[in-house]
Amino acid sequence: MSDKRKTDAQIVHCPEFSENSSLNIPTLRILQDDGTLYPNAAMPDIDQTLALKIYDTFLFIRALDERMLASQRQGRISFYMTETGEEAADIGSTAALKDDDMIMAQYREQGALAFRGFEPDEFMNQIFSNEKDYGKGRQMPIHYGSNKLHYMTVSSPLATQLPQATGYAYALKAQDKPNCVICYFGDGAASEGDFHAALNMAGVLKTPSIFFCRNNGYAISTPAHEQFAGDGIAPRGVALGLKTIRVDGNDVLAVLKATQEARKLAVEHHQPVLIEAMTYRLGAHSSSDDPSGYRNKSEEDTWRSKCPVSRFKHWLIHQGWWDEEQELARKETHRTSVVQAMKKGEKVPAPALKELFTDVYDSLPWHLEEQHKALEQHIRKYPDAYKTTSWRFDDE
Amino acid sequence: MSKINLLQAINNALDIAMTSNEKTLCFGEDVGHFGGVFRATSQLQEKHGKHRCFNTPLTEQGIIGFANGVASQGMTAIAEIQFADYIFPAFDQIVNEAAKFRYRSGNEFNVGSLTIRTPYGGGINGGLYHSQSPEAYFTHTPGLKVVVPRNPEQAKGLLLASIRDDNPVIFFEPKKLYRASTGEVPDHDYEIPLGKGEIVKEGSDISLLAWGAQMEAIEKAAEMAEKDGISCEIIDLRTLLPWDRDLVSASVKKTGRFIINHEAPKTSGFGAEIAAAIQEECFLYLESPIVRVAGLDTPFPLALEKEYMPDHLKTYEAIKASLNY
Repeated sequence: MSDKRKTDAQIVHCPEFSENSSLNIPTLRILQDDGTLYPNAAMPDIDQTLALKIYDTFLFIRALDERMLASQRQGRISFYMTETGEEAADIGSTAALKDDDMIMAQYREQGALAFRGFEPDEFMNQIFSNEKDYGKGRQMPIHYGSNKLHYMTVSSPLATQLPQATGYAYALKAQDKPNCVICYFGDGAASEGDFHAALNMAGVLKTPSIFFCRNNGYAISTPAHEQFAGDGIAPRGVALGLKTIRVDGNDVLAVLKATQEARKLAVEHHQPVLIEAMTYRLGAHSSSDDPSGYRNKSEEDTWRSKCPVSRFKHWLIHQGWWDEEQELARKETHRTSVVQAMKKGEKVPAPALKELFTDVYDSLPWHLEEQHKALEQHIRKYPDAYKTTSWRFDDE
Repeated sequence: MSKINLLQAINNALDIAMTSNEKTLCFGEDVGHFGGVFRATSQLQEKHGKHRCFNTPLTEQGIIGFANGVASQGMTAIAEIQFADYIFPAFDQIVNEAAKFRYRSGNEFNVGSLTIRTPYGGGINGGLYHSQSPEAYFTHTPGLKVVVPRNPEQAKGLLLASIRDDNPVIFFEPKKLYRASTGEVPDHDYEIPLGKGEIVKEGSDISLLAWGAQMEAIEKAAEMAEKDGISCEIIDLRTLLPWDRDLVSASVKKTGRFIINHEAPKTSGFGAEIAAAIQEECFLYLESPIVRVAGLDTPFPLALEKEYMPDHLKTYEAIKASLNY
């Protein structure tokens, strides 16, 4: 029998329509706003070292985002995106993984990368598009990537990383590797066709994939209720055969717990998982927009009071693992390291002219060789018009 | 050597690719047990296992996105798009993702081990949506290679080279020739280099260029012209991106006349690129204007397919006009 459709479903004799309320998906929350735990809450696997590593990444990302947004305003960089308000979502989930699990990010997950050990200098080389950038200065700021840290290079088109996460995870499974892929995306990206394609294929092909939706309420200016009519993103996972869970995305312990469980399902049972983290983008979409045009300040204030960083800090203090003195010292350390890295990164020259042509293919085909040669001749004729590259011709 | 058709040659190449490299996966709509709607992947699942040759859901964007993921992990991905007419939902994954994967990451990651196979072209009464030749959309995308074989022996060697090339390749298969074209094909594992065209027949009066199924049209036209005493040089371009400009320009410098034939619509077809490049290279050698004999600038028809096609008769007329210019 190839037809395995269930035909033994309950039969009714009057029409009954299913709706949102037919499927009631709860939200996992472990940590209260004041930093105490809910009674009987199921704790994630966490010790002092992991807790402090997570929190330190929070502080670093706050320092990085604050400084880089200011640099964009000063005109030192062209573009930036903060993840303020969403730190628990990406950092808490990455903390649940093994270091060699693949991360496929959307673009607002620099915290996950920092957690893996991406250095301030490495951030700056990318942001300043200099010759030390792994991406050779080809993509706008925040399009990070690192092979050694298993963080797939970010690409601007939305949701394209989702079916790729399914394929990457399939390849892991096909080679019996004990790893999974986590794939981040937003509530807006979930409207793309690639979202449906990816989850459907993951469900059918049983891939070790964790799809992690940061439902932060907005896609640039479009609020979630103008993005979809259903009950968020989670029901779609259920419909496509994924184990699905919704978590308070501002509760790092809930995010960590859910992702630890998801990883087990993915790696040990080849069961793909969808996690919907309910959070809020406290900053603008990017340095190019101004949220005051589409939402009011009191809404932002409500969410600011649910800050994931301070909620976790309260818990750490309750645990006796953290105090205000350490807080001040650590914040200062991060601020200094970011500023120093920035000053260093902005002095590194742009990539050489040849990097305009490399990596289109594995080697230079004749037409690119020809175009390179012609362009170099032209620049030699008008060196002042192309100062980014002309100065170094004679050094090479 | 075995006498086999083009489909069997492709099936044989896939089998060799999967045997010689265990990290090779082959997938797409209906390609599993059923062996694909044209049977190009016949018996591959039985031979190499369900996890290496399998069906996917019906989602072209998903198939190519998935393939990009497989290839970026380091495995070899051979994805089938059932008809080239249905490749467009995957356009973003091909143009924005596959083609730019290496460049945008500074080679931190790449999908060089990706090959997309897809049947293209008319001649099977397929109408608008089972007949298109969309190669020019992809030749306009840096980072891709585009390959089209003309017969079984070429198909096997070019497909094996495409699968093993360290760049994403779109391999367009002339479905009209799947069963119609038979020939002697070596049984062993061999590759025909990408980026190299081939002079199929030498001549002195005019150069005729095509690829894939249209090779038949220019060969037939050349036979007619030979009877009029016109000696035609016949070129199979084989790889459209990056294409073998040196081979073509050497031929045109020798003959002084040049006709390009392709099935896709004339406007912005790949013939336009070839014509522009060759006039740059061969301006002082040309005895007459470069001419394109191409599909019409209409959607692909059904009842009037014969009228639409840039066949041997249209090519023959173009040869005479070029000689009498």
